[in-house]
Amino acid sequence: MPRSAIPRHAPLASAAEARSGYVVEVRDANVTLGGRVIWTHVNASIAPGEFVAILGPNGVGKSTLLKAILGLLPLSAGSVTWAEDVDRRAIGYLPQRRSFDASLRVRGLDVVRLGVDGDRWGLPLPGRRSRATARRVHELVDLVGAGGYAHRPIGELSGGEQQRLLIAQALARRPRLLMLDEPLDSLDLPNQASVAALISRICRDEDVAVIMVAHDVNPILGYLDRVIYLGHGGAVSGAPREVITSETLTALYDTPIEVLTTADGRLVVVGQPEAPAHHTDRHAPDGHAHHDGRHDQDQHRSRRSRSR
Amino acid sequence: MSPFSWNLVADVREMWSIPLLLNAFRAGTVIAVVAAIVGWFMVLRRQSFAGHTLALVGFPGAAAAVWLGIGIAVGYYSACIAAALVIALLPAAGRRGYREESSVIGTVQAFALACGTLFVSLYKGLLGGPTALLFGTFLGISSTQVVTLVIVGSAVVAITAVIARPLVFSSIDPDVAAAGGVPVRTLDVIFLVVLGATAAEASQITGSLLVFALLLLPAATAQRLTARPGPGIALAIAIALVTIWSALFIAVYSVYPIGFWLTTIAFGFYVLASVAAALRNARRSVPTRIAAGALPAAGGVR
Repeated sequence: MPRSAIPRHAPLASAAEARSGYVVEVRDANVTLGGRVIWTHVNASIAPGEFVAILGPNGVGKSTLLKAILGLLPLSAGSVTWAEDVDRRAIGYLPQRRSFDASLRVRGLDVVRLGVDGDRWGLPLPGRRSRATARRVHELVDLVGAGGYAHRPIGELSGGEQQRLLIAQALARRPRLLMLDEPLDSLDLPNQASVAALISRICRDEDVAVIMVAHDVNPILGYLDRVIYLGHGGAVSGAPREVITSETLTALYDTPIEVLTTADGRLVVVGQPEAPAHHTDRHAPDGHAHHDGRHDQDQHRSRRSRSR
Repeated sequence: MSPFSWNLVADVREMWSIPLLLNAFRAGTVIAVVAAIVGWFMVLRRQSFAGHTLALVGFPGAAAAVWLGIGIAVGYYSACIAAALVIALLPAAGRRGYREESSVIGTVQAFALACGTLFVSLYKGLLGGPTALLFGTFLGISSTQVVTLVIVGSAVVAITAVIARPLVFSSIDPDVAAAGGVPVRTLDVIFLVVLGATAAEASQITGSLLVFALLLLPAATAQRLTARPGPGIALAIAIALVTIWSALFIAVYSVYPIGFWLTTIAFGFYVLASVAAALRNARRSVPTRIAAGALPAAGGVR
């Protein structure tokens, strides 16, 4: 397929995007952070109940896209449009790589509860509302299958157990959209598989659209409706097996890329633009390329406080 | 006052008949409750270093107040609350700062102590030198001072109750709290001011250097024993009250300073709680887990 067949700045329209309804729609968005262009001309539309993954090499701005959709980062051009019936404060959000300090003496139940009433002022007085909150917390804990350990301090739990409780917290307000930033990161393979299955079940049973940033598509490949593959010049979206192909990725990154399928159906991408010239990875001193948690959070916090 | 007898009720009754000692018990009770509540949040937020610094800044404040002849309590409150605002507005410390010990706060602390020694030496008449200001005293607490303690303490507890849930949320999970509309930065500032006022209250009995006897130790002890928020705070208050009452009781008959008794009793509770927690953990068999991330994710789509 000739490279010119996919113009770099015009993403593919997929069948799902052609559907009329959307929960949130990103149109021709650009983001610039600290004078550095992260990506430009990104389009994405998330339909109700859809399970979508945002993929791409390190430093391409996957987390940035999630934050831009949430409104935690400003767009320098373009727009993010929410469906009118979406309560923006009830969007479930799980930032990247959160693990709790082993000495943190707060129970899993309390962490889930913060998702239900953590933004309310005053003390929870005993009464109908308090009982309803407790009921909701137990529902959520059962939903993610955390009943066996939710009463223990969260710092003592394993990464997979913490992740399940955080997903329960994110679901507290019955969101129409769940945004997960690398929730499978730092989990072992069995836990990756079971958390992926859990997210897919929630997406289907609770009718929640899921946008999930991932650096490895394989644990979720079987569950995905669509992938958004992000490059600096735009994004390509569509069914996983249509997008993750040598031709599409070669066109997106303007460099030869090969996609191999292993015997068990896993996809392996070879030759992604990981060259230093294109993106400075984890060890780069200038922080934007890789979002090492702290720097990133500080940055977005300061942005929020300024915008207030 | 008669010497110690084993009739403890009679002992206490006699103490309370002396206005000076009655005021000490009243002040101690108020301080214990306020410090235990605020301390619980301080431990949760890992802001012990900031708490200690705020208390230390109270030392030059109190010393200056004595030197200038204005009330010592005014010195504590104004210095601690001003320092809280300064720390809150420091750009680096304001965001995530004191979770790691910030060198900026350390610098403020050293300078504050230096100013304190200056003010103490400027005022020649301070009985016993800076010892009472640094290591605490239960003598000389006036009825007006008790009323001030109650008013400021009630305000601190009321504010803490109003912000309790969003404060916990923003303490353990600032990003999600922010995404959910919690004003994380504002809460940072409010809590620092609350912490400053609490440090100023506690310093009036514990002295600037030993505030942790009431601010940190009861809360840390309670968190060792329970991870539940409500019972944890209640337990911290109970420990603080037992600590201050027994320390005052002993100090009345003892020649050694109250700061020593307070801190030793609080430390004793902490050690007991640590032993209890260790025994409990040993009894509960902890299943071994594969360390997160120990298995390499096979090369997939990145």
